[in-house]
Amino acid sequence: MTLELRNVTKTVGADTHIHPTSLAFEKGGFNILLGATNAGKSTLIKLMAGLEKPTTGEVWADGQNVTGTSPQKRGIALVHQFFINYPHMTVFENIASPLRVQGLGRSEIETRVREAADVLQLGPMLDRRPQELSGGQQQRCALARAIVKQSKAIFLDEPLANLDYKLREELREQLPDILGERGTVIVYATSEPTEALLLGGHTALVHEGRITQFGRTPEIYHLPGDLTSARVFSDPPINLAPVTKRGEEMWMDETINWPVFGEAAALADGPYTVAIRPHHVTPTEPNDVSIAIRGPVQITELSGSESVAHFRIGGQTWVSLAPGVHPYRVGDYHEFHMIPGQCFYFGADGTLAAKGRAHG
Amino acid sequence: MKPRSLVPLIYILFLMLPIYWLVAMSFKTTNEILGGFSLFPQEWTLANYRAIFTDPTWYWGYINSILYVSINTVISLAAALPAAYAFSRYRFLGDKHLFFWLLTNRMAPAAVFALPFFQLYSAVGLFDTHLAVALAHCLFNIPLAVWILEGFMSGVPKELDETAYVDGYSFPRFFATIFIPTIKAGVGVAAFFCFMFSWVELLLAKTLTAVEAKPIAATMTRTASSAGYELGLLAAAGVLTIIPGAIVIYFVRNYIAKGFALGRV
Repeated sequence: MTLELRNVTKTVGADTHIHPTSLAFEKGGFNILLGATNAGKSTLIKLMAGLEKPTTGEVWADGQNVTGTSPQKRGIALVHQFFINYPHMTVFENIASPLRVQGLGRSEIETRVREAADVLQLGPMLDRRPQELSGGQQQRCALARAIVKQSKAIFLDEPLANLDYKLREELREQLPDILGERGTVIVYATSEPTEALLLGGHTALVHEGRITQFGRTPEIYHLPGDLTSARVFSDPPINLAPVTKRGEEMWMDETINWPVFGEAAALADGPYTVAIRPHHVTPTEPNDVSIAIRGPVQITELSGSESVAHFRIGGQTWVSLAPGVHPYRVGDYHEFHMIPGQCFYFGADGTLAAKGRAHG
Repeated sequence: MKPRSLVPLIYILFLMLPIYWLVAMSFKTTNEILGGFSLFPQEWTLANYRAIFTDPTWYWGYINSILYVSINTVISLAAALPAAYAFSRYRFLGDKHLFFWLLTNRMAPAAVFALPFFQLYSAVGLFDTHLAVALAHCLFNIPLAVWILEGFMSGVPKELDETAYVDGYSFPRFFATIFIPTIKAGVGVAAFFCFMFSWVELLLAKTLTAVEAKPIAATMTRTASSAGYELGLLAAAGVLTIIPGAIVIYFVRNYIAKGFALGRV
């Protein structure tokens, strides 16, 4: 099974929701749509599911043009961010409903519903109604309904966003087992970069109705194609600053400089934008070659196992993320260490010009 | 008893007084009613009720009323359900104006429509039929039902529709087996309001009927008959007229507040 968008656009009135987009998803592993709220992830899912018609372009499934096919006939499943279940039916009837519509026999429905309920640990709740379940169980019920029919594609539109932290982690860990090995295309929309990294597979970065980058999740994390992609795929937000290359060195704010090696050294002299992830800007000296930068701390966040500090540097606000507890005081100048080897340099047009390397 | 609980108590007594008086009267003889002041019936009688249940001109009044009220409720809901769905799910040209215009229909007094309805129904041969009254009441009930149902439907996320389509439900099947059960409280409240309005409305019902479909309210408002004043009989008829409303209210009592807010709570 493959799922393809070919030059699809979507405009509603004067608003362009999706700019021309081509995308191909394969079965096996997660296909993640990563982007901020309103970036167009849900619209892409609706276009692929047939719930909305593309303004131009085509949707192909398994080498067939399904642009005009209704969602009922596409053999797909969908799980929303909100816990959508049929409130007047029991959990059993909810899970059974796609099979009942297909007209399957009573005994087959019974077996398959029990099977799906077991996978999602809903066995004891089959006779209850959805609103008698906790949020996590309600979403499990929706997931069970999605996997019970052998669909060609499963769409998950931020399925964990409305769950509290603990349940979210628990369900996220189980998701690959729940959905895996089904030979279906799994499309998973999320606004959390961490979630994309944990689920792996392929990721498409969505920003303002465009796919800015698509590829294997770790690869596009380690090599963002452009500035937008780097920003979309970083949490906390990636640190940015204008820099100027002069000979062998990068200059930031005319006071900070560091030597560049490798492909960065081959760049032409001139202005660039440097980007570095928050965990490569640390309060203690890392093992890598690093340079010291100083700035006043503005906001600090302690999560217990990690410390986050927002500080001013070169006219920008940067974020440092480090394991452990660090004693920051708001207003104090604090020394941070950045690793030039982990920097990305973007040209004036926003595309990646070079990736920093620590040594020649 | 605290003095502050006295206020609601007095208020409730004040409200219940006419109903009590009606019930008490229905068990009195006409002579006793006209004879003087008595808090309780001196001489209990079921003759008034017996008269109603044995005299076709009386009990047919109830049957006629129930018939056209039922027809009206069915027509109103059948028309309002799809209309409310369209208002709650789609944006179309002039939708907001149309929605408001529907409600303004309720602002004109029924008397305004009595003459055109009378003339029109006479011309097409609908005069003095149950359908005539049922259709006339639709003028007020369909907008009301649309408003109530739209509120309830807008409370259901659009994602429910999408999930059902993806699960393979066709639109009619989704609407009948998933959507309507989901908003059944709203359907109940809308049905209640249609029933209530149609049940208590007198002017159109009276104007559009003569003999065959004469409603109970019309029968009841003839205060004198060949036998003179029959106040006991009228009181018994009044009691029997309250009962259906009370039964319906009992069933929708938990949703009624939401219904008055047109589902927008």
